[in-house]
Amino acid sequence: MTEQSTGEATQRVAARAQDLTKFYGKGEAEVRALDGVTVDLMTGEFTAIMGPSGSGKSTLMHCLAALDTPTAGEAVVDGTSLSRLKDKDLTTLRREKVGFVFQSFNLVPTLSAEENILLPLSLAGRKPDREWFDQVVDAVGLRPRLGHRPAQMSGGQQQRVACARALVSKPSIVFADEPTGNLDSTSSAEVLSFLRRSVDEFGQTVVMVTHDPVAASYTDRILFLADGKIVDELREPDRDAILDKMASLQDAAIAKVAG
Amino acid sequence: MLRLTWRNLLARKVRLMMSTLAIVLGIGFLSGVMTFSTGLNATFDNIVEGSTSDAMVRPEGDLQAANAGVSTTQFVTPADVDNLAALPEVEAAVGSVDGIGSFLLGKDDKLVGGQGAPTLAFNYAPVDNMQGDEILVLTEGRWPEKPGEVTLDTSSAERGAYEVGDTVTMIVPTAEPKRDFTLVGTADFNGGGTAGATLVLLDTEEAQEIFLDGEDAFTSVALTGAEGVSQTELADAARAVAPAGFTAVTGDKVVKETQDQIGQFLDVISIFLTTFAVIAIVVGAFIIFNTFSILVSQRVRESALLRALGASKKQVTRSVLVEAFLMALVGSTLGLLLGLGLSRLLAGLFRSFGLDIAGDVLTLTPFTIVAGYVVGVVVTMVAAFVPARRAAKVAPVAAMRDDLEVQEKSMGLRLVLGGVAMVIGTALAVLGLMGAPGTDAIWIGAGAVIWVITTAVLAPVVGHPVLVACRAVFGRLFGTPGLLAGENALRNPRRTGATASALMIGLAVVSAVGVLASSLSATNDKVVDDEFKSDFLVQMPTFQGFPAQFGDQMEAVDGVALVSRQQGTPVTVEVDGKPDQTFLSGVDQGFLDIYDLAMIDGNDQMSGHQAILNEGRADDLGARPGDTIDVAFPGGETIALEVVGVSEETPTTSGITVPLSVLRDAGVKRSDSSLSIMVEDGADRGAVKQDLEDVVKDLPILAVQDKEEFKELISGQVNQLLYVIYGLLALAVVIAVIGIVNTLGLSVLERTREIGLLRAVGLSRRKLRWMITLESVAIALLGAVLGMVVGLVIGVVLRESLKDDLTELALPLNGLGVFFVVAVIFGVLAAIVPAIRASRMKVLDAIATE
Ligand SMILES: Nc1ncnc2c1ncn2[C@@H]1O[C@H](COP(=O)(O)OP(=O)(O)OP(=O)(O)O)[C@@H](O)[C@H]1O
Ligand SMILES: [Mg+2]
Repeated sequence: MTEQSTGEATQRVAARAQDLTKFYGKGEAEVRALDGVTVDLMTGEFTAIMGPSGSGKSTLMHCLAALDTPTAGEAVVDGTSLSRLKDKDLTTLRREKVGFVFQSFNLVPTLSAEENILLPLSLAGRKPDREWFDQVVDAVGLRPRLGHRPAQMSGGQQQRVACARALVSKPSIVFADEPTGNLDSTSSAEVLSFLRRSVDEFGQTVVMVTHDPVAASYTDRILFLADGKIVDELREPDRDAILDKMASLQDAAIAKVAG
Repeated sequence: MLRLTWRNLLARKVRLMMSTLAIVLGIGFLSGVMTFSTGLNATFDNIVEGSTSDAMVRPEGDLQAANAGVSTTQFVTPADVDNLAALPEVEAAVGSVDGIGSFLLGKDDKLVGGQGAPTLAFNYAPVDNMQGDEILVLTEGRWPEKPGEVTLDTSSAERGAYEVGDTVTMIVPTAEPKRDFTLVGTADFNGGGTAGATLVLLDTEEAQEIFLDGEDAFTSVALTGAEGVSQTELADAARAVAPAGFTAVTGDKVVKETQDQIGQFLDVISIFLTTFAVIAIVVGAFIIFNTFSILVSQRVRESALLRALGASKKQVTRSVLVEAFLMALVGSTLGLLLGLGLSRLLAGLFRSFGLDIAGDVLTLTPFTIVAGYVVGVVVTMVAAFVPARRAAKVAPVAAMRDDLEVQEKSMGLRLVLGGVAMVIGTALAVLGLMGAPGTDAIWIGAGAVIWVITTAVLAPVVGHPVLVACRAVFGRLFGTPGLLAGENALRNPRRTGATASALMIGLAVVSAVGVLASSLSATNDKVVDDEFKSDFLVQMPTFQGFPAQFGDQMEAVDGVALVSRQQGTPVTVEVDGKPDQTFLSGVDQGFLDIYDLAMIDGNDQMSGHQAILNEGRADDLGARPGDTIDVAFPGGETIALEVVGVSEETPTTSGITVPLSVLRDAGVKRSDSSLSIMVEDGADRGAVKQDLEDVVKDLPILAVQDKEEFKELISGQVNQLLYVIYGLLALAVVIAVIGIVNTLGLSVLERTREIGLLRAVGLSRRKLRWMITLESVAIALLGAVLGMVVGLVIGVVLRESLKDDLTELALPLNGLGVFFVVAVIFGVLAAIVPAIRASRMKVLDAIATE
């Protein structure tokens, strides 16, 4: 790990899951959405989470993003353990340390693009850093659209506004749950290259859930989830490697069902 | 389809419950008012019918005079009663003695019965009513048998905290006003209760001592007919032997006279109450309309799916209407039950004003039940019709679309139609002011109704600036949650407008009433300033007469320069060949000195059988100075009066003013109805007032007032009425608040995902509650501002049409400030439940919601 430290900016853990467990339901109907996940997500890294539907990807992300509380285990964001926080502190943490991009419905319809981007800051009563704001807006290429409301923008543009919003408060970590799930390949590419650039140029930490191997190939690291457990991991993936891994996981799943 | 309707009802039970509540309250109020009015009428009918004998011998002239509390100096002797009893048509003739000026004091020395219902004091003698039952029935103890004993009605004894055997204090119209009696029993009218009147039953000898200066005589005679004798035959026979100045009338006539007289008063009460019920129902209709509009727009996808699956437009419409129908049935049923409770509450309220209504006459009549259901169902169906049609208009393809807005027509047409309606309303109001045929108020009222409805329809447009202002102010004061609240109020103008309209209607009425009330107060103040020319005024709060001895004693008080005596009585004059009731004042020279009447014609020097007329009366009679008019006094005496002058009309002048001696000549028993007192120059006013008050300490209700106290008394009375009106309007406002709760609740549900998103990006629970509360306040303020503007305009126009009586225009600025604050408070209250519900939503669940 020591060789990863470059100068004073030693690569730190942005978020950590420690034996994270989440059950839904009781008895017969019990579902183990997360079954003891332990993982460190590093600063300045673009991580993808992949896995079959129902494997617990969203649950893992929600627990790490202070949107959901685990049944057992611990989630740590930027050195703060979430389990001891009350709703009020969780809200503050979400506002200041975490950024979000959802699959759809990311924007408040009554606010303009600019107001949406600045929403976390204005909720905190903080003055936006204009320079940073301009940098982010230019990076997503939305300058001419700032005055528009969500209804006047395409799905891809809306997702880029959401990405800009996630970055504007300089969070410790950005979570994106299938951010390109509703987009065509061109729009997807725009959103993904923006996320990539935010990691490369701004040193942002991004975690993204996706089913799409193309999307995953933009990342530095891929975690594979199955039945609520991390079953595999890829670094610096290329598309073929991803497809191979997915196929083998699929086979294992089918074998399990058959056996 | 029916099953689907049923499912829909169940699935949206909370939202429907809230709009059903609007029906429940509206119908509850209506049926409550109807039940109460019926009960009120029944109470009086029972009493009047149960307390009238077959026929009676009474002074000639009108019943009005007797009810106004004027006693005459004409009596029926025991010999006359014997003559009547000897008639073959008469089975029994019973002399009665009654008179005015008696009051019952409670154990706490306060007046029992207050100023509302009268105190009826008379001698007890067993008399049968027209059905052959005793007029009075004992509820406890026995009847008075000798002087010093009294029997009271049950409720007055209770209100005075007296038990049989206690010593009861009364004020009686004799030289020594305070007198103690032993309570020997309690009784009620056969018809049940007394409707709040205080009954004081005395021994005959004592009644004669009090009312007739001890003369063995009677003031009227109750007759019971012999077997097979009709009322008319009985009255005819009795009339032939009645003493001079007396006549005999049938029981039916007495009943009819009384009912006519009370009927007017009762009609005023029912019309008054019904007005508020109608307002409540209109407000309720707005809420039902709004709720269905929102429910329909939230169900677009479902409606579209149904249409795509082959449901016809009619089927979709019908499914919504059937839902409305079921809701109306449930709401009306609960409303009727609520109405029953409400009528008892109203009865309790009136009881505290001294009007007693027996609980057993407060039942739901078939008419009330039918009316409740018809109004409930019709109003609900009409309110749900437009949204139902809109649901059916959803194109089947909408099922596949993402944007789930119902396509609504543009506001352009609304604006044009609204503008036209405004002009029509204004034209009506102007016509009314210009003196179009009929009552001005009807024209103006029609205009006002059009204004209110048009404002409601145009609220989404005309309310825009108010909401923009709210957004700006809230944004400034509360930051992002404030801004978001303003945006939310603005995002669906129709919904916000319709919700605010319910409150708007209530506040429009409140403000209009406020303008009239404050104009009335200002006018009163001005009148008192102009007309209160003496230093002190002595009057009964009931404006009844009081014994002359008080005036005599006040003349002797140190520092008093002049005590002017005035005695009023209703009289009958002939106008255009028809008898016409008017009010006559007997005054002394002091009155003319103090008030210095402004004469238009002739002079104010009168003596003997002379009179001054005020302008209106002179016009009615067509009389000029030098003419002679015939005036019929209570008791039947007619006196010819020579007119010496015509004065301007002021609140202190009666139609006819005469020297006091004229009343004496007419046989009206001497009493005073008002004393105007001047203080000597340099005398200590406070000390004089104290001495004057000492004179009346035995008759504490006789008030000695200076100008300021008199003003306060009058404004107190105006305010009391105003508070009653506000109390009744409060219901409409409560219904309106329910509307806000409903709309907010539905909006919160609709915006679940958005709220989840806001929470996810860092909106705290507290700020979320603020956001919803501020949206609610914005709606409430919109309703308040629109309502106040419309109400002020209506109030000012109405005042203009009444400017003969309301000479001053005053705007209730303090009141408006209060309404404004109250609107904000209601906004906050309305948001409590929706805000809590929203803040309880789990962030994740909210995000995951479809
Ligand atoms: N609120 C809930 N109640 C009960 N079970 C739930 C709930 N949320 C998730 N689950 C279950 O937990 C498991 C993991 O769900 P999760 O949403 O994390 O899956 P995912 O990997 O994100 O799937 P997808 O790729 O379809 O989004 C699933 O089996 C799901 O059914
Ligand atoms: Mg998921």
